[in-house]
Amino acid sequence: MTRAFLALVLRDLRLAARVGGSGAMGLVFFLMLVAVVPFALGPDLNLLSRIGPALLWFSAVLATLIGLDRLFQTDVEDGAIDLILASDTPLEVLVAAKGVAHWLTTGLPLALCAPLFGLLLALTPQAMLAVAATLLVGTPALTFIGAVGAALTASLGRGGLLLAILVMPLMVPTLIFGVSAANAATAATVGFLTPFLVLVALSLVAIVIGTFAAAAALRQGA
Amino acid sequence: MPRLTSLWNLANPTRFLGLADRLLPWLAALAAVLLAVGLYLSFFVAPPDYQQGETVRIMFVHVPAAWLGLFMYVMMSASALGTLVWRHPLADVAQKAAAPIGAAFTFVCLVTGSLWGKPMWGTWWVWDARLTSVLVLFLMYLGIIALWRAVDDPARAARAVAVLTLVGVVNIPIIKFSVDWWSTLHQPAAVFRIDGPTIHPSMLWPLLVMAVAFTVLAIALHLAGMRNEILRRRVRSLRLMEAEQLDAGVEPAAGAAR
Repeated sequence: MTRAFLALVLRDLRLAARVGGSGAMGLVFFLMLVAVVPFALGPDLNLLSRIGPALLWFSAVLATLIGLDRLFQTDVEDGAIDLILASDTPLEVLVAAKGVAHWLTTGLPLALCAPLFGLLLALTPQAMLAVAATLLVGTPALTFIGAVGAALTASLGRGGLLLAILVMPLMVPTLIFGVSAANAATAATVGFLTPFLVLVALSLVAIVIGTFAAAAALRQGA
Repeated sequence: MPRLTSLWNLANPTRFLGLADRLLPWLAALAAVLLAVGLYLSFFVAPPDYQQGETVRIMFVHVPAAWLGLFMYVMMSASALGTLVWRHPLADVAQKAAAPIGAAFTFVCLVTGSLWGKPMWGTWWVWDARLTSVLVLFLMYLGIIALWRAVDDPARAARAVAVLTLVGVVNIPIIKFSVDWWSTLHQPAAVFRIDGPTIHPSMLWPLLVMAVAFTVLAIALHLAGMRNEILRRRVRSLRLMEAEQLDAGVEPAAGAAR
């Protein structure tokens, strides 16, 4: 079971790294969003540093959506989904493997680069650290909630926009607690630990629900 | 288990259609009468509020609409369980018929809330916890309807939507909790000021009548929606059969329509 899990994670990572994969795309899109927003809001650094954590989090949500519509779709197109469904390994484990691989290629790089992008928004070091920490524990929730939508729209062929419509309402709690934990580190309206722990809990719940629901959706869709 | 067998009897669409045709006129008439009584009570009998004046009458539409927006989601989740666990054909139909009705009630709730908010709070929209969670509920309805419209095969669409509905029902309490938390964080001064802990009986009675009227109306609409959906599916399978026969050039076989 562990071998199948690792094999699928490695396969998805390789696919993401090669031509046609969406490896660095999420990160570039993330940078794009952060760079374009000041053009809309104006170059006022005070304003940008105040809304910076929220901006980074919102960009992370959108950047996560980028790769998600291809999460299961490519497997449906090239037939790999039949092997995954027919495998002895429980489907839930394999779905989790795909989710982990997606997180490693989008969520983790976003969290690691967030401090760097925070420089563009004039964040304080403390705020940078807080945003990176919250993204690190919060993005798994985004990935696994999105996996449900990806599994539901996998066989549609045109699931991109539908996916966003389906999963964005479900991402509201993650966004709320992610942003408030990131803000709490700078403006002390509320303790950092409370929203941070709730965010961790949301991620854990999303991993469980997302894995099982996405597996159920793939079984129903096949 | 007599209840379960009677539910399985209804899996036969013809039997269900017979029942629906018998029930529907009565339910529709009951809904009309209750609505008439409820509207009369709320517009002419209930006293205007001592603070809010006549605008308080919006409540008699607003509150039952909110309650039914949630009620239809619960109905949809129960049907989703029926689809996934028992593969009950009627559950698919019930699920599909419930979504637009629930969305409509939620929308009525949002619109009347907005109309009520303008004279009371001086603005059409506030990012208050309750408003926001109802808005998210409305967005989820829209997502479910969008998924229904995206999958061609009704049976596959039903199973996909069932998964989404059940994920939604797990998430609704989480969303409600987090939005409450978010709103207290952003707005320490509560906008929502219900005057006094209880409603006076002179207002409670019209509200209860309206709630029952809306519920009967929703059930009647749901039943009619289910009937239409079954008929629509029959038309669909007849068309498919016809197309297949044209394709194969075979004589039509009688009465195999679903």
